[in-house]
Formats: sequence, C-alpha cells, structure tokens
Amino acid sequence: MRNLWLGGLLTAVFAGMAVLSFLWTPYDPTVLDIANKIKAPTLAHPLGTDHFGRDILSMIMVGARTSIAVALVAVGIGMALGVPLGLMAAARKGSLWDEVIMRGNDLVFAFPSLLIAIMITAVFGASALNAIIAIGIFNIPVFARLTRSGALSLWSREYVMAARVAGKGAARISVEHILPNVANLLIVQGTIQFSLGILAEAGLSYVGLGAQPPTASWGRMLADSQTMISFAPHMALFPGLAILLTVLGLNLMGDGLRDLFDPKLRRARS
Amino acid sequence: MTMDYQKAGRYFKLGLISTAALAATAGIALAKSDIVVAMQLEPPHLDPTSAAAGAIDSVLYSNVFEGLTRFGPDGSVNPGLAKGWEISEDGKTYTFMLREGVTFHDGSAMDAEDVKFSLDRARAEDSANAQKALFEGIESVEVVDPLTVKVTLAAPNGSFLFNMAWGDAVIVAPETIADIKTTPIGTGAFTFKNWVQGDKIDLEKNAAYWGTPAKLDKVSFKFISDPTAAFAAVMAEDVDAFVGFPAPENLPQFEADPRFQVLVGSTEGETILSTNNKMPPFDNVKVRKALAHAIDRQAIIDGAMFGYGTPIGTHFAPHNPDYVDLTANSAYDPKMAKALLAEAGYADGFKTTLKLPPPSYARRGGEIIAAQLRAVGIEAEISNLEWAQWLEQVFRGKDYGLTIVSHTEPFDIGIYARPDYYFQYDNPSFQQLMTDLGAEADPAKRSALLATAQETISGDYVNGYLFQLAYPTVANAKVQGLWKDAPTQATDLTAVYWQ
Repeated sequence: MRNLWLGGLLTAVFAGMAVLSFLWTPYDPTVLDIANKIKAPTLAHPLGTDHFGRDILSMIMVGARTSIAVALVAVGIGMALGVPLGLMAAARKGSLWDEVIMRGNDLVFAFPSLLIAIMITAVFGASALNAIIAIGIFNIPVFARLTRSGALSLWSREYVMAARVAGKGAARISVEHILPNVANLLIVQGTIQFSLGILAEAGLSYVGLGAQPPTASWGRMLADSQTMISFAPHMALFPGLAILLTVLGLNLMGDGLRDLFDPKLRRARS
Repeated sequence: MTMDYQKAGRYFKLGLISTAALAATAGIALAKSDIVVAMQLEPPHLDPTSAAAGAIDSVLYSNVFEGLTRFGPDGSVNPGLAKGWEISEDGKTYTFMLREGVTFHDGSAMDAEDVKFSLDRARAEDSANAQKALFEGIESVEVVDPLTVKVTLAAPNGSFLFNMAWGDAVIVAPETIADIKTTPIGTGAFTFKNWVQGDKIDLEKNAAYWGTPAKLDKVSFKFISDPTAAFAAVMAEDVDAFVGFPAPENLPQFEADPRFQVLVGSTEGETILSTNNKMPPFDNVKVRKALAHAIDRQAIIDGAMFGYGTPIGTHFAPHNPDYVDLTANSAYDPKMAKALLAEAGYADGFKTTLKLPPPSYARRGGEIIAAQLRAVGIEAEISNLEWAQWLEQVFRGKDYGLTIVSHTEPFDIGIYARPDYYFQYDNPSFQQLMTDLGAEADPAKRSALLATAQETISGDYVNGYLFQLAYPTVANAKVQGLWKDAPTQATDLTAVYWQ
C-alpha cells in the first residue's frame, strides 16, 4: 500500500505540473533571454536557466505535458486496438482468427520497439505525433496478449457458461463479462506501459526525433545540456530527475495497483 | 634493525632521485615526435581533386598533397611546387618554374608532365573536380621542359594563382591516380600510412621531402563527431589537439586549464540564414528585408556560439581587406520588420520551414532565430536534418524556406552569380559584376567591384547574414606551430613541434 501512495503522489505531482502548465508557468518557456543564460538556481529561477536563458522550471512543467500527452495517447492506441484484438482471439481460441491475430502480434513484438520508433520517425519526419504513433504501435501486442491470456481463463468459468447457455453471443459475453474482469490487469499494465512511454518519448527526443523545438521536452533538455554538464550540472540534473521520478512513481503505482487488485493478497489482508 | 631500515630508506631515496634525473634528461633529449590530432568529420575518401568534402583537405592539404602555389597560415598565396612564375604582358600566359628534385612518395619524380596531367584532368569534360570553376579559364597547358610549364588562359584572371593554391588543384601523378581514393600519393612532407575507417588516418614523416622536413615523425588524425566525446577526449588527453572544436561552450574551461591552449581563429565560413529566393513570400524583397531586421545577430553569437564569431552584413569574410561592414544595413529592429511585413501584405505573418543541418551553430542558431521570427509573427517550423538529408532536400532539392549553413569556401561571393544555386538568387547585374571582376586584374578596380558586389547582395537582402564562423583549436599547451586561422580547409602540420 505504501508503494501505491508514494507512486500515486509522485505521479500526481507531475500530472499536476502538466495541468498547471496550461494555465500558468513562471516564465514563457519559448521566449529566449540570452543575457540570462546558464544561471544556477536562484529565487527568480528556482531551477536555474538553460543555455538560451529559458526558465528550467517552466520547461519541465511544459515538458511534463509533452511526456504525459505522448505516453497517454500511445497507451490509448495500444489499449484501443490491443484489447479488442485480445478479446477476439480469446473468444475464437484455436481458430484461424486467433492464429492470425496472435502471430501478427508476435511479429510486431519481435522488433526492438525503440529502433522501429526511430525508423518510423526517420522516414515520416520527426514530430511528437509520429513519436506517439510509433510508441503506440508497440503497445498493441502487449495489451492484446495480456487480454487474451486473462480472457482465456475466464471463458471456462461457470458464469460465462451460464451466459452462453442463456444465448448471449461471443461478442456480447466478451464485453459484458470478460472485459470487466480483465480490467484490473489492464490498468496495472497500462500504468507500466505509461512509464515506458515516457521513457521512450524522452529517448526519441534525446536523439532529436521526438517533439521538435520550441515545444519543451525532457529528453531534448538532456541532450542540449550534455556538453555543458561539466560547468552547468543543473541543466542536466533537473530534467533527468523529472524523468526518473515520473517513471519511478508510475512503476511504484503499477506495483501498488497490482497488489491491490490481486485477490489472493486482498484476502490475506482482510 | 632500525639501522637497516634507515639504510634501505636511503638507498630507496637515492634510487628515486636517479630515476627522476634519468627521466628529466630523457625528456630534454627526446621531445615527443608524434601527435594525435582530432577533428569532427571523417573524409569520405582521400582524393581532394574529386570531392567537395572539406574533410579530405583537412587531413591531406599541404601534409600529403601540394599544388603549384600554396596558402600560408594567414591566407596569403605562396610558392608551392612552383618556385616562381612569369606572367606575360597581356596577363594570359603563366610560365611556372618547378622546383628541382621533387619526388612523389612512391619515389617517382614530379615534373612538368605531372602538372599538365593534373590540370588537364581537373578541367576535363568528365572531371569529377568539385571546383571546376577554378580551372575554367585555362585554354591550354604546355610542357616546355621537365621543369617548366606554360599555362595559357582565355582571358586575364586576377585570381589564377589564388585558384592554384586550392586543395582541389593539387598535383597528382598519372601512375598512382587509380588508387588515390584509398592510397593517396603526393609530394608533401608526410606520407600516407594507413586509414582505419571510422577511427583514424595515420601519416608518417617523408624522409625524402624536397623542402624543410617535418618536425614530427608520426601523425594520427582521429575523427570524433560527438561534441561530448570530443570534450572528454581532450580533457583525458587522449588527443593532443582538436581542430575545429565543436562545442564553444567548453572553451572557457580549456582556457582556464594550464594543460591546454585555446586558439580561436577565423575561418572563411560565412554563416548565413539562407533564404529560398524563388519561394513565395521570400521572392518579395520586402519580406527578406523584414527577415533581416527581425534577427538579432549578437543574441545568436552569444546564445549559439557563446560569444565566438564576428557579425557580418554581407557574404564576405571580415578579415579580408576588401570587406565592407554592412551590418548596419540589417540592424536588429523588430518594429521595422513588422512594418515591412505589413507593407508586403503579411501583417499577420506567415508560416515557413527552417531546415537545420547537424552542427551546433545551425541547431542552436535555428532555435534562436525561430524565436526571434516568432516575435514578428513569422512561424518557422524547425526540422533537424542529417547532412545527407540536408544535401538532398535543401541543397539539391531546393525544398525549403529557410536554412542555416556556414559557407566555408574562401572568396565565394561568386555563388550569388549562379541562379541555380540553392538560394536561387537571379540578378543579371550581379552576374555581370562577377564577369567583370573575373577579367579585372587591377587591384584597386577589383576592390571597387567587390565593394559593389557586397553592397548589392546586402541591399537585396538575398540571405540573412549572421556571423563569421570562429575556428577554435584546443591543443596541449606544449604543441607549437598549429595554424590559428583557417584560410582554407587545412590542418597544416608541417611546422608543428613539441616544446
């Protein structure tokens, strides 16, 4: 439970920053102020300024928005396509459908996701949208497999049999009875994929293939500060910490949620 | 027992002193005679006469290959393989007297036949030379005797000796031309030893050199493209010198470190915001003028280059005696820029593309310029390209609105007379000016023509003129004789030695 709270808190802090950045940031992160470049943290700039004199706190807030938006939509794509595919495969277990869907998933799964993401952004141009699509595609098999394996164990349950006897079709059973019972699995996996999405966005931005300037992005902040790390460590430290803490928070939250949803643990606790 | 320890201690001390003394004398007797020089870009191959890649000259110019004339460290044109020359009254015939006893690294003699071969090869129809314009005016090359060559030009050309000093005009031998891309055989003070692709090129001292022999026995050129790795390699003293150091932000640290010396020279690199003059709305001179006034050069030099760089107002190197300071012509004035945009019918601004090649001056400068343009209502969408993509899309494809690039060729204002060049500036009066300049040999008249040329492109706001690229070299404090400036792409190590 402690994991859940700590993870939830960290996630909430960064999500809060992202939401707040729509309404207010200490400075405009797209306005350059060359005269004030590379300033260590002060009261006016709590996290210092970067090599163009932009306020790092403001950039991290907007960067949180970029990261979260990319990761959220990518997980959304993965769930929206992966879950129906998984349900379909489970409902027609052993059929040609099942084979085609799952082997297709294996195919996507077999490629190193970040490499393919780099390829996609290199071919179609570097942008946040292409990064979202690239990361999203690789979320599909994760959710499809999870849904299928969760659903398969449910199809032999009595209440599903009862529903079949009552004349409900496979599609209806999948939506009404199977999906609610695999939802907890999906939420846990979604949290983990969300943190992986943030890492992937940071990685793509770091090599210059994610969100393009002037959109602030944590990965690009890290890349920009690389040659200055020896005399301006704050420029690398804060975006690095932002990535670390967000990913840590989401992972802790995922762990905590799994413990919470696990019936065995729940029974043991009560 | 205590006695013994003391004795042992004394012997030990003695031993230490004598080794130290030995090391000291050895240091005096044998100054280091090898050097590792790093640079950012690796040459694609090793033939300077068939590629535009400056990295080839950076390794081989003057070290391995020499021309009839050669550039000095200050950009002056000095005798090279030709010890002298006579120019006929009408300025059309150049008779070069070659040095005696010059041999190629394979042992064969360098004579007038080799000069004729090299020049004829460079100016041939099917020549792959990247600077064919240098040889355009040559009508014929005749061998008078083994040490005399007569070059006849179609018209007098004031810059012919300058042209012959380029890396693209070095003298090569017909016997070894087939393998020149992998085994360059020249006449220089160093011979090529081997090339480990992706890592380094090794050169060795040429014992049979005709001129002042090199002071170093071994030279390694290492290629380190990543600025962070470059910083680490210099700091760890893995390399003895880094020419064209890519991260200006690290220079103050090297300057403060007694182990290193930092030479900040100038280059022939005019860094410009290239504008596609045929693409609307940039075909309107008012829009280009607005662009010029929207840009704050000093902010770009400070922000992207950490203060290293000289503002320019036209496409000409400030250290050239014929340079005209026209920066006031495009002073930073965002209000005026907005007014001009409104006059041109773009009161609400417009959208365009800003395609950036990899160097930090372009990537960082691009972010700054995009922000400055945004302030006057122009939305420049940044896309970062690799060099190959940049050459394909921007340089050859002309598919861009704006881009930032440094034009590092010396004396290259002539590119504005080429309407098919990637910024597509087509002005017949400027083209006439360049034709006149080519035919003019009188220095005063040439200066006047050059001044008019600089004023024309500045007044037409062909491109945004930003700054002259600085050329930072970081080297071990004991290395002497490195070039400070880069009057051409070269890393001439023939006079380098360890203190």
